[in-house]
Amino acid sequence: MYTAKGVSRVAVKNIIETIRDTMYEEMAKDERVILLGEDVGVHGGVYNASQGLHAAFGSERVVDTPIAESSIVGIAIGAALGGLLPIAEIQFADFVHSAIDQIISEAAKMRYRSNNDFHCPIVIRLPYGGGITGGLYHSQCVEALFFSTPGLKIVAPTTPSDVKGLLRAAIHDPDPVIFLEHKLSYRKIKGEYPEGEHMLEIGKADVKREGTDLTVVSYGMTMHYALEAAETLFAEEGIDAEVVDLCSLLPLDRETIVESVKKTGKLLVVHEDNLTGGVGGEVAATVASEAFMYLDAPIQRLASPDIPATPYSPKLEHAMLLSEDDVRAAMLELARY
Amino acid sequence: MPKEIAMPKLGESVVEGVIGRWLKAEGDRIEEDEPLVEIDTDKVNAEVPSPYSGVVYKLVASEGETVPVGGIIAMIQVDGEEETAPAADEAGKGDEPNAAPEVASPFGVGISAEVERPYSAREPHLYSPAVRRLAQESGIDPSDVQGTGAGGRVTKKDMERAIEARRTRQAPAEDFLGSAPFRGRPESIGRTAEGDEVIPITRMRRTIAERLLHSTRTVPHAWTTVEVDVTSLVKFRESIKEEFRRREGINLTYLPFVVKAAVEALREYPILNSTWEEDRIVIKKHIHIGIAVDLDDGLIVPVIRDADQRSIVGLARSISDLATRARSGALTPDDVSGGTFTINNTGAFGSVLSAPIINYPQAAILSMETITRRPVVVGDAIGIRSMMNLCMSLDHRVLDGAVCGRFLKSVKTRLEAYDSNTPLY
Repeated sequence: MYTAKGVSRVAVKNIIETIRDTMYEEMAKDERVILLGEDVGVHGGVYNASQGLHAAFGSERVVDTPIAESSIVGIAIGAALGGLLPIAEIQFADFVHSAIDQIISEAAKMRYRSNNDFHCPIVIRLPYGGGITGGLYHSQCVEALFFSTPGLKIVAPTTPSDVKGLLRAAIHDPDPVIFLEHKLSYRKIKGEYPEGEHMLEIGKADVKREGTDLTVVSYGMTMHYALEAAETLFAEEGIDAEVVDLCSLLPLDRETIVESVKKTGKLLVVHEDNLTGGVGGEVAATVASEAFMYLDAPIQRLASPDIPATPYSPKLEHAMLLSEDDVRAAMLELARY
Repeated sequence: MPKEIAMPKLGESVVEGVIGRWLKAEGDRIEEDEPLVEIDTDKVNAEVPSPYSGVVYKLVASEGETVPVGGIIAMIQVDGEEETAPAADEAGKGDEPNAAPEVASPFGVGISAEVERPYSAREPHLYSPAVRRLAQESGIDPSDVQGTGAGGRVTKKDMERAIEARRTRQAPAEDFLGSAPFRGRPESIGRTAEGDEVIPITRMRRTIAERLLHSTRTVPHAWTTVEVDVTSLVKFRESIKEEFRRREGINLTYLPFVVKAAVEALREYPILNSTWEEDRIVIKKHIHIGIAVDLDDGLIVPVIRDADQRSIVGLARSISDLATRARSGALTPDDVSGGTFTINNTGAFGSVLSAPIINYPQAAILSMETITRRPVVVGDAIGIRSMMNLCMSLDHRVLDGAVCGRFLKSVKTRLEAYDSNTPLY
């Protein structure tokens, strides 16, 4: 159960309910907000993220598209240029590769190449991540593909409060936002759902747990593992870990990361995406540059191995993906260094 | 070719020694086994004999110099071997195959025919950027800080603790004086007024200071005390002490009785005979009891080995022997190492209550206080009884109050049972 900060009226919801209700609220308030994607309309989405929206807002605002991701994003870009605030749902993040050209070469560069005359306020919702025995085509982490693309924003919130606050921020952001939704979090993570106008700033990390002995920087499901591990380590070993939830990957909140490591002297970056070329490398480089004189241990990264895909066999998938045990072991080792 | 004499290893954990006094000068004649030099270590002072007969060719180390174990301290021109003029060496003529000097240990076979290379004390320390920054900001040398990280590494937290410890030690005085914010040592330190006496810190004083400071800094001490009615023991000792002295040639004190009772209780509660080793607790199989002996200029804790294997007379003899040799400076390194539990006879100077500092890395220390005749409730009456307090400090990381209470009760029960039926042998 996650609590919402600075909000008084709350209900408890899971992540999928949060996404649906946030989209509903925004569509009800502002008719420029539309949703498009595969099976998002009558069917209500494969994960029920848009259940009831078609009935409430009709086929013109909740649009079932062909199975063509490039087209989904392309239509969203066109609609945005025409004055709407489109939310494009890619059924699984694994399918976004078909739309890479639209996202990187069109949406991300719109403001720059038009010298500020045009901008592209789209949200691309990407259900990503493993742990659901989805195999090769339904488990990928795709954030690193977009991480080196200036012009995009990337958010990856995983508590109801963060999801609502950042989804609203993404919808109202004047530029394209990649909205990463961890599929395993959809029904697993529950927390307080802030009513009303709760909005968070894109580009701000959230210190989910304050501590003094080491800093764990993470996002997505591994952030939850780090939080659980931190409580266990505090109870069993007296190790007091600080857990920084990035929430936004781009822009990266370097200030919060550096401030935390200056306090603790030790950094572990954890993500489900594979190690090489991942977000963790950028976090590590930032700390090495800006907090060198505060480091008391080598910077550590914990990530999935560099293998081509998430295996389909549940046992192999389990072996490949990080668990709370893995995160706790890495935290303990670093704390004892 | 003169033979080189290396700093001997005067104990298992000893890594360096200080040249106390040369007993021979360059050019002096010396016989095999004749004392060459006095070496001070943080454990003992020892005379080191020459392994050769010959002439002292060169004293390489000077008095007061600290030399790592294995380091060259002197050279001896051995009888019957070809003399080498110092000038020849200086001229760089030593290019024959056997030019490398042979190094001999004064302890001969078994200790080190080959040179033991100095280690640890001379190894360069690697510190993290955070530790170096804190060292620079605080002026605290990380090599003075006890490391708790992997492999004994000094961590950022260790430095922060050292800084905090210094701040809490010195801040109150500064506040009281109302002076500027603390920036290192109080200003009054380093100045003397007329008539003040300045005593240089001896190596022993320094060692005592470092050991006790380390113990109080790192070991969470807790204290507990029991009262023991030793009336029957006092009567017993009074009745036999003259005869004992005649027969054994030594005084029978209360200490061997307390040691006897304590080692039997240690066998009953072995967790008290243990050490805290950060990631584990080690219960020691052998019971080696350290006995604090006060000297004119300090304190030393020689060790009764396997104290649980000895009778009361055996313990009395060991104690007498160790105390005598401690006061004449004749203890060997082995006499002062390996203790697993320490007993301190603070009663010898009239103390009735004390909070001893644990002899790190042991887990506990016991003080026997002076025996006083006091009115005590005995049954429903008041009687005059000989009472002794036993005070114990415990490492609360290893031990809790309950087990220490049971241990002390066991010691107490044993001591209270000593009487004329107690076998001395």
